[in-house]
Amino acid sequence: MTAPAKFVGRSVPRLEDRPLLTGQGRFSADISFAGQWHMRVVRSAVAHGKIKSIETKAALALPGVHAAWTHADVADIPPIPFRLTGLKALEPYRQPVLAKDVVRYVGEPVAIVFADNAYLAEDAADLIGLSIEPMRATMLATEQPGTYEHELTTEPGIIRKGYGDVDAAFQRPHAVVSLELSVGRHSGVPLETRGAIARYDAARDLLELHGAAKVPHWNRDTIAQMLGRKKDSVQLYEGHVGGGFGIRGEIYPEDILVCVAALKFKRPIKWIEDRREHLIAANHSREQHHRVRAAIDTQGRILGIEVEFFHDNGAYMRTHAATVPDLTAAMLPGPYRVPAYRATSHIRLTNKTPCGTYRAPGRYESTFVRERLLDAIAAKVGVDKVEIRKRNLISKSAMPYALGLETLGTQIVYDSGDYALLLDKTLKAIRWTELQKQLSERRKKGEKVGAGVAIFVEKSGLGPFDTVRVEIKPDGIVEVVTGVASIGQGVETVIAQICADALGVDYTTIRVIHGQTDRIARGMGAFASRVTVMCGEATRLAATKLRGQLLLAAAELMQTNADSLDIVNGEIVRVTAPGPSMPLGELARILPGGLSTEDTFESTHMVYPYGVHAVVVRVDPETGDVTIERYVVAYDVGKAVNPKLVEGQIAGGLAQGIGGALLEEFRYDENGEPLSVTFADYLMPTAREVPDVSILVTEDAPSPLNPLGLKGAGEGGTNPVGAAIASAIDDALQRPGAVTQLPVTPQRLKAII
Amino acid sequence: MREKAAITLTINGRDHPISVEARRTLADAIREDCGQTGTHIGCEHGICGACTVIVDDEPVRSCLMFAVQADGKKIRTVEGLADGEKLHPMQQAFMDHHGLQCGFCTPGFLMLAVGVLEREPDISDEDLVDVLSSNLCRCTGYQNIIKAVRAAAKEMRGK
Repeated sequence: MTAPAKFVGRSVPRLEDRPLLTGQGRFSADISFAGQWHMRVVRSAVAHGKIKSIETKAALALPGVHAAWTHADVADIPPIPFRLTGLKALEPYRQPVLAKDVVRYVGEPVAIVFADNAYLAEDAADLIGLSIEPMRATMLATEQPGTYEHELTTEPGIIRKGYGDVDAAFQRPHAVVSLELSVGRHSGVPLETRGAIARYDAARDLLELHGAAKVPHWNRDTIAQMLGRKKDSVQLYEGHVGGGFGIRGEIYPEDILVCVAALKFKRPIKWIEDRREHLIAANHSREQHHRVRAAIDTQGRILGIEVEFFHDNGAYMRTHAATVPDLTAAMLPGPYRVPAYRATSHIRLTNKTPCGTYRAPGRYESTFVRERLLDAIAAKVGVDKVEIRKRNLISKSAMPYALGLETLGTQIVYDSGDYALLLDKTLKAIRWTELQKQLSERRKKGEKVGAGVAIFVEKSGLGPFDTVRVEIKPDGIVEVVTGVASIGQGVETVIAQICADALGVDYTTIRVIHGQTDRIARGMGAFASRVTVMCGEATRLAATKLRGQLLLAAAELMQTNADSLDIVNGEIVRVTAPGPSMPLGELARILPGGLSTEDTFESTHMVYPYGVHAVVVRVDPETGDVTIERYVVAYDVGKAVNPKLVEGQIAGGLAQGIGGALLEEFRYDENGEPLSVTFADYLMPTAREVPDVSILVTEDAPSPLNPLGLKGAGEGGTNPVGAAIASAIDDALQRPGAVTQLPVTPQRLKAII
Repeated sequence: MREKAAITLTINGRDHPISVEARRTLADAIREDCGQTGTHIGCEHGICGACTVIVDDEPVRSCLMFAVQADGKKIRTVEGLADGEKLHPMQQAFMDHHGLQCGFCTPGFLMLAVGVLEREPDISDEDLVDVLSSNLCRCTGYQNIIKAVRAAAKEMRGK
């Protein structure tokens, strides 16, 4: 018997907040060890070139500078392997930890120096003489593939996905709608830059890496393998993490370099990235160019979609390998019935910063393409943008819906959903019909205002497993140990809420331990909106199991049977007769070592939340500025463990989506010189640009794949923002199809007008 | 440049006699020399505001000030906001309104908001948003921060 939910479903305050509010956080730069040396990376200032010489003498002559390394010092370290979607053909394109003979982007690590403090290390780095002979830089992913090196070209691979008879669909359609669309290069850009602090403890032959995030266990295993060490002789420790968004916590060259140096020098080695480095060295994302066409019938119903796109992955294939283009191709059909589909994805390398995932990877891009296509179809058949979507939505009765595509090693099966219902709720929330009249009136008076809408399916809860251990400590504290990670999203609170209900304790008495590889043997980390789903269910299983064990043990001690006992607010109580109760801590003191249980949740399918965004914008034709007047997000997450945190995820994700739609772009000149290297050039939204969004969190379609019905909430705020805003700008200009490229910067919008 | 000067930083009422190079930023001195790591460094070029502290009653970006310039001045950081276990109304409001997620930008927002409201308790809503738009947050989408600061402003005025 499990007690009714006391904490799940409630917006209880976060357990994480107090240390963060009082300056007691432990972020990467806050970690220091006695005797540490600081590492500084010398980066290429040339986008593509041959390394002629690297001069280190002057740097080494500075007092307090201890060493300078180039590729020769780390020649035995293999390139960083793939974590996801690691196609064999991509392997020759992996990044070495220091460039060998050739540099391939501005920002590529070429040498490193070690010194007593960070200022000195920077002085020393300035004195390293790099001689690099420039070669032609490839800056366009759409140009004919050229030579990468030897027989390798700048097209490492092509991903093909599809189903149905596309050729037949295009044979005799009522009409064909074709578009050419681009999404700009932008990325997560967390407020905390990356950091890595390694130290070697000779007494235990243990290499520690602090500053870990996202996927500590995979990183631990991989670092051990790369350095030829036993798994247990490498441990990773996650402190506070100042934002993740997909890009933070992947293995980068710097993580390996501090480890190698700590082992070599027997000194703690600390590396903290500066902002300029971050903007040219940490993963970029998103940049794609699509050529898409749809065959439709007279009613505007989709008969088939064919897309060919070019994914600009920058200079190397990093840990995500083909993940982003794969997801783009797999998730493009979205919430609509598409009887036949064919996607051809060209993975292309250019001389720009290498890429990885960023919140709603592949979906921000493909939703933009698909929803632009829907708007174009509406214009073609002369119906409004809401009606065309209604005609094409997958119906509730079709659930579960097997798409016929796979991604991330799973078959895509939309587990549950009522897309039409959520669209109706959204239109009601924004009063769509009334709104159309108001906007039309305002346009007559000369204002350029318009409304946009976009619908999407997200994915979340990627398996294959999560393991959780729940333990009662003698002081009554409940400890939940998991291999997931916290990137600021509220993991501790949400997991504690689930555990509290399953066990029968207050959520504030629960301590959630995450991201520590020495505390639990395996773990999958925090990505793909997986934590609440996978770790949440593993926690529920383990806590439920522990509860049964506690009741049995207590029954013996209290000379009764377990059925007559319950756990309420951390105490074993009698349900049938009056009598003394027993706090769990007391039970733990009597039965030392016996109050710990582990359980695992396994899942081979992802779960699919879905949502609708509706937005009203005003365009200033003089400046090209876009003001967001209203924004409504409706998102069905199956079951919201903590509605306030779900809303927080949506609001934050939306701000990032707005950044990618209107402001943020990593730009380069034609020689590969990056032009967005400060926050004055790379413009992130401020409190001025982000509107007060109305958020509708719904629970109409609980997932059938876990008992609580959970779906992940991390990416629905971001996914369709570019699509929705583009649709609204079109409407404001009364020119369907006007927006073909993100971000819609003032300059681009002026050019359109 | 590498010669050091002896200075005293007075942080949250406590004197820290330290010796720093002229080029050392106030942010680094507060964090590394005085051990107060609650002040965070997000960009080192004065845009994100994560390093905001209050110097002689004015919010400043401690990455844009040299430590030697703060010699003898009164510095307040996030560590000095709470009164023992009791949170400052601004901290409490951020908790109540879910005004933080990862918490990295939070100390900067707290010090910015406290500094401005102490000088200008009756600041208009519109001006407040303008002030808050001078710091960057990547997690919250700002609206909960604005709500928190408005609630705290009310609370602070009530005292």
